[in-house]
Amino acid sequence: MTEQSATAADREPVLTVRDLTVTFTVDEGRAPDVHAITGLSFDLYPGEVLAVVGESGSGKSVSSLALLGLLPRTATVTGSARLGDLELLGLSRKELADVRGRRISMIFQDPSNSLDPVFTIGYQLREVLRRHQPQLDRAQRQARAAELLAMVELPDPEQRLRFYPHQLSGGQAQRVMIAMALASDPEVLVADEPTTALDVTVQQEVLDVLRRLQARTGTAIVLITHDMGVVADLADRVIVLRRGLPVEHAPVRELFAAPTQEYTRTLLQAVPRLGAPARPDPADKRDRPVLDVVDLVVEYRGRRSGVVRAVDGVDLEVLPGEIVALVGESGSGKSTLGRCALGLAPITSGSVEVVGALLGQASPKALRAARRRIGVVFQNPAATLNPRYTVGQSVAEPLAVHGGLRGEALKRRVAELFEQVELPAAWAGRYPHELSGGQQQRVSIARAVSLDPQLLIADEPTSALDVSVQATVLELFAQVQARLRFACLFISHDLAVVDTLADRVAVMQHGRIVELDERSRVLSSPRDPYTRRLLDAALVADPDEQTRRREERLARAS
Amino acid sequence: MSEVAAQVTSVDAEAPVRGVWRSLRRRPLFWACVAALGLLMAIAVAPQLFAGLFGQPDPRLCDLASGSQPPSAAHVFGTDRQGCDVYANVVYGTRASLSVGLLATAVALVIAMVLGTLAGYRGGWADALVARLTDVFLGFPFLLGAVVVLTAIGSRTPVVIALVLAVFIWPTLARLMRASVRAVRDAPYVEAARAMGLGTGRIVGRYVLPNAIGPVLAVATTTVGGVIVAESTLTFLGLGLRAPAISWGLQLANAQATFQTSPHMLVFPGLFLVVTVLATITLGDVLRDTLDPKAR
Repeated sequence: MTEQSATAADREPVLTVRDLTVTFTVDEGRAPDVHAITGLSFDLYPGEVLAVVGESGSGKSVSSLALLGLLPRTATVTGSARLGDLELLGLSRKELADVRGRRISMIFQDPSNSLDPVFTIGYQLREVLRRHQPQLDRAQRQARAAELLAMVELPDPEQRLRFYPHQLSGGQAQRVMIAMALASDPEVLVADEPTTALDVTVQQEVLDVLRRLQARTGTAIVLITHDMGVVADLADRVIVLRRGLPVEHAPVRELFAAPTQEYTRTLLQAVPRLGAPARPDPADKRDRPVLDVVDLVVEYRGRRSGVVRAVDGVDLEVLPGEIVALVGESGSGKSTLGRCALGLAPITSGSVEVVGALLGQASPKALRAARRRIGVVFQNPAATLNPRYTVGQSVAEPLAVHGGLRGEALKRRVAELFEQVELPAAWAGRYPHELSGGQQQRVSIARAVSLDPQLLIADEPTSALDVSVQATVLELFAQVQARLRFACLFISHDLAVVDTLADRVAVMQHGRIVELDERSRVLSSPRDPYTRRLLDAALVADPDEQTRRREERLARAS
Repeated sequence: MSEVAAQVTSVDAEAPVRGVWRSLRRRPLFWACVAALGLLMAIAVAPQLFAGLFGQPDPRLCDLASGSQPPSAAHVFGTDRQGCDVYANVVYGTRASLSVGLLATAVALVIAMVLGTLAGYRGGWADALVARLTDVFLGFPFLLGAVVVLTAIGSRTPVVIALVLAVFIWPTLARLMRASVRAVRDAPYVEAARAMGLGTGRIVGRYVLPNAIGPVLAVATTTVGGVIVAESTLTFLGLGLRAPAISWGLQLANAQATFQTSPHMLVFPGLFLVVTVLATITLGDVLRDTLDPKAR
């Protein structure tokens, strides 16, 4: 395949999409139709990576599902999509089944859920080979499966074949998915948010694997993502989608250097970047800390795996008025530490003192009193608001229960809080599902600060939001904090977000704090190798910078 | 789709007022159910007003000579084997059947809500205890249990029958309640309520129950019909209400033997039963939909 494409690469596209339009019929036509994609056209050449970028609801995933005929019956697809000389739209189920996995294959966002948990990965790989390359015999399939795993750079491929999906980490599982997708040398690989569910360091590995594979096999990749960093790292050309409309279509360097469209510009500006200017430290070292964690250990007893130590001997202080960021990858124990401060996780040993109450020793009454002075903002705003309450009721709840406000006074205070988070006060009568993600998170923030807390615990408050929304919510958060001057424990995996907000940064790995210091010191000259790795792996929305880093990594490796 | 909804709603700054009543009012199905159930209630409360509408008004005035007659002008629903008017019996039987069905379900629902919520929310020993308790009741054959209990008690008023039936239907509802509460218990919004320092009572009452009760209510409404039929089963076995008591169950039980020769004895009480069950189930569905803000 590679030899053929080398000669024809310059002229013959593998995939030609013209005027692709997808319309969903809602509620059997009683509600207005939803136009998911309108007039999408592109050519995909062999050996090229085309990124389709957009925020949630932009129709980027719908476009790829339409190519593979995976949309539900309510969708109407028009236009044309040609794979070589085969028109994909309007193919029968059977004909499509021949194309899927053989000529176009797909990898999905969540690798651990895309693999069948009851079969070994070897079995699943052989299954794909049996379907698409029936000429292979048993031994050949086995050999090819091991070869595929070696191709995605999994160590000991022969042994790994006998592994079950739960024995693999997220990054390994995604590599197995890639191996399965590549099993029959497809012409086009559609990668739908391939690294979104992964930690930064793992994301880097998977992107490197994709990049090298693509260079070796010449497979064309359609990369669907919301992350400008991933685009800068991998893509050759970019299509920016907004509400189903293609806004801009340009080579990657051009797009990042000189975006022609307003929307692309705002999207790029909204991406948080490292290197925020110095800020004065608002904390007074002589103050008594509002959160004082001393030698904390938290252990969970798993059903099969025995005792898991989630937090392992952590010391942490948060002083009044300062924002301390807790950074780490999944499983580092950062969220457990946050839950501990709220008294929601069991303390195995050590002590946690929050706003004057010693957890585990204070009486339930004193604890409840302490919680009044702690606000919380969780990750997923849609899930943390009671769906049966109007958003006004949600914000009023702590005011009425703890503050004892009633009637007009309560109404006035809720309206005030809504104004603080820049929502119209008239929206208090709406239900959470009627608000967008960013608006919901504003409501959560209003609820968290309603009692004027001394300490606010924010657990990944913006990671479920689109970048442009994230930028405005972070700005709002900083404003509210500057006004109310509460102390804040800000838990995040995103170093750039932390850089824009925090005063001090604590980096966690395997339940321990490996580095804890003033923000600019940690982020500009990290002392711990893990912090350095995190910083190196964080993607930057700049293609030249990403190329430079990749070359550096390769140089180091060889 | 949510994107579109957000756009639409952001246009009008004032939120529309959508009380439960306001959206209920606009549903014709709701009014149909209310009308059907209202009529049945009225019949149950004052059967004498309705019994006299057609022909023979007294359910106990029977004439053996004119037994098993098909519907006619004198007896609109025909007569049963003893020559009693079927229509008058259906009308007078409504009270017993409805009260058994509603009372048994209500009692079972209350027990199920208390124990199911306790088991689901608390977990641990409470969960184990309630689980074993439901196992015992579910493992005990319903008929055998009813025979033992009813023979031991002796008296056979509708209230007693309802309570005995409630004892045997709460375990299913309690299990459902437990599963439903468990699913909601660890939801982020409940966690958020805990982090806010709210009391357990408030968390359960305002955060857990409203979000967990949907499936249980849906099953409970279907239970009403099941209970009315179960009462007729008991009656058929001579364990339920006894003549001279009048109930749909009793009529159905008596009609079964001669169903092929005179189907009208079975059809008309059966029709009332079907209308009752359909109306309660539909009302339950409509209520569940309107209580959920997302569906309103």
